[in-house]
Amino acid sequence: MTEEERPLGAQSAHHRRRRRKGAAFAVLCGAATLVGVVALAILLVDVLVDGLPSLDGAFLTSFASRFPERAGVKAALAGSVWILALTALFAFPVSVAAAIYLEEYAPKGWVKRAIQTNISNLAGVPSIVYGILGLAFFVRTLGFGRSVLSGALTLSILIMPIIIIASQEAIRAVPRTIREAAYGLGATRWQAVSQQVLPMALPGILTGTILALSRAVGETAPLIMVGAVGFLAFTPQGLMDQFTVLPLQIYNWVSRPQDEFRQLAAAGILTLLALLLTMNAIAIVLRNRYQSRR
Amino acid sequence: MSETVGFFAQVSIVDFLTDTRWEPMFREQHFGVMPLLLGSVMVAGGAAVIALPVGLMTAIFLSEYSGPKLRQVLKPILEILAGIPTVVYGYFALTFVTPVLRIFLPETEIFNAASASIVVGIMIIPTVSSLSEDALRAVPRALREGAYGLGATKLEVSTRVVVPAALSGIVASFILAISRAIGETMAVTIAAGNLPNLTLNPLESIQTMTAYIVQVSRGDTPQGTIVYQTLFAVGMTLFLITLAMNVMSQWVLSRFREEYE
Repeated sequence: MTEEERPLGAQSAHHRRRRRKGAAFAVLCGAATLVGVVALAILLVDVLVDGLPSLDGAFLTSFASRFPERAGVKAALAGSVWILALTALFAFPVSVAAAIYLEEYAPKGWVKRAIQTNISNLAGVPSIVYGILGLAFFVRTLGFGRSVLSGALTLSILIMPIIIIASQEAIRAVPRTIREAAYGLGATRWQAVSQQVLPMALPGILTGTILALSRAVGETAPLIMVGAVGFLAFTPQGLMDQFTVLPLQIYNWVSRPQDEFRQLAAAGILTLLALLLTMNAIAIVLRNRYQSRR
Repeated sequence: MSETVGFFAQVSIVDFLTDTRWEPMFREQHFGVMPLLLGSVMVAGGAAVIALPVGLMTAIFLSEYSGPKLRQVLKPILEILAGIPTVVYGYFALTFVTPVLRIFLPETEIFNAASASIVVGIMIIPTVSSLSEDALRAVPRALREGAYGLGATKLEVSTRVVVPAALSGIVASFILAISRAIGETMAVTIAAGNLPNLTLNPLESIQTMTAYIVQVSRGDTPQGTIVYQTLFAVGMTLFLITLAMNVMSQWVLSRFREEYE
């Protein structure tokens, strides 16, 4: 039966059904979107309710303890800051240099394509595999032991692909004409890159780096492998000291059966989320500041 | 690498792949990776059941239905979901999801695969939704308008024109998300337990490949022992599986991409 032969009433019923289906689908898609939003809300409320009562000044300035009421995150917080600083120090220069090379210097061809594929595959490797690598290479082969240094190096390798990819995108977004103008004024390639391209790409590079670093701060599994310990009563003083970090301290508390430790874990999570939030806020401020200057 | 070779010098690959028991710590050792592999696949499968439809529909909503203002609010929220450390998801699974499950299904064990699947599913929704949304938005406007011009409703445009046109990107995001679920460690270690268990019952305690690696490395395992070498064998298995999936995802993307100018 073709459209013309169909009686008028039947056709409009058909139309109505199509419209109803369409509306139902719209509602369904909207509901699906809400799943993620609601899950996030429940998660945050759950952690806040459990964690807020334990979160006070003493919690931030005490070491871990067998007694829940005296335990705190001092060692873990210090460890996280150490790891954060060292990882940034190791990963940032190497990654940006790699991105500059790939975008500005590397000749096009199969070598570059192979490196590029390799980097994007590395970005998808589970973090625990990096942990195994860190254990075998930094802890045992190079003999750095279960130190802050091993942990930071492992995390550096983990986030380098992320920083490289973000930096490449930022560098690629700088218009061709900027480089041509610099060359036209007699600049060498290095002058064009260092004085024109890099300053323009910097906001993007920094944002990508901070996001990658916040991933490093939240990582647990690779550091368990490298041998960070869950219970420590001192803060690291040097590169070769033992260490613990916030996510690991949280894991340690979560895996104990007593309720008091669960609350400590929630308070630790709040500390960790606050740290991550600060980092992300810095990323946004940096981006806005550089963008408005341009 | 050499540790993996050392392991397979002592345990044949056939045993590794076919033995149904994983008991490296017992007097009578068994090195069948099947229980661990099944554990990983079960958690990832459960997560996929949640995340693939929800993620895809979220992507359709963001790209086809919501206005730019609403999208500006929703996208950052989903990005936060992706940025939360996995250990936090583990806490959430253990202290919230499992108790809720036990209200409805009292036979649920404290450590169970279902609750791990649920949180891993939530965790990978953003992977699916943001990559799929990029693919959907890359479909040119003209295609949609052509379909509207033929009298199609929004549902018909979305499901019969836009989604098929963006299929390569969507499938790639699915594969990538499942690969992330298989590699996911902390949430699974905390929520699913540490019992290598060849079962299909999601309410029982199981162990995944990642959880086993964590369990062994928490204890002080001396270098050179076979237990130490299992770390590398299991890690290598995990690496190869996720690598294969990531490569497949890229291949789907480049092989089946529909180019529009």
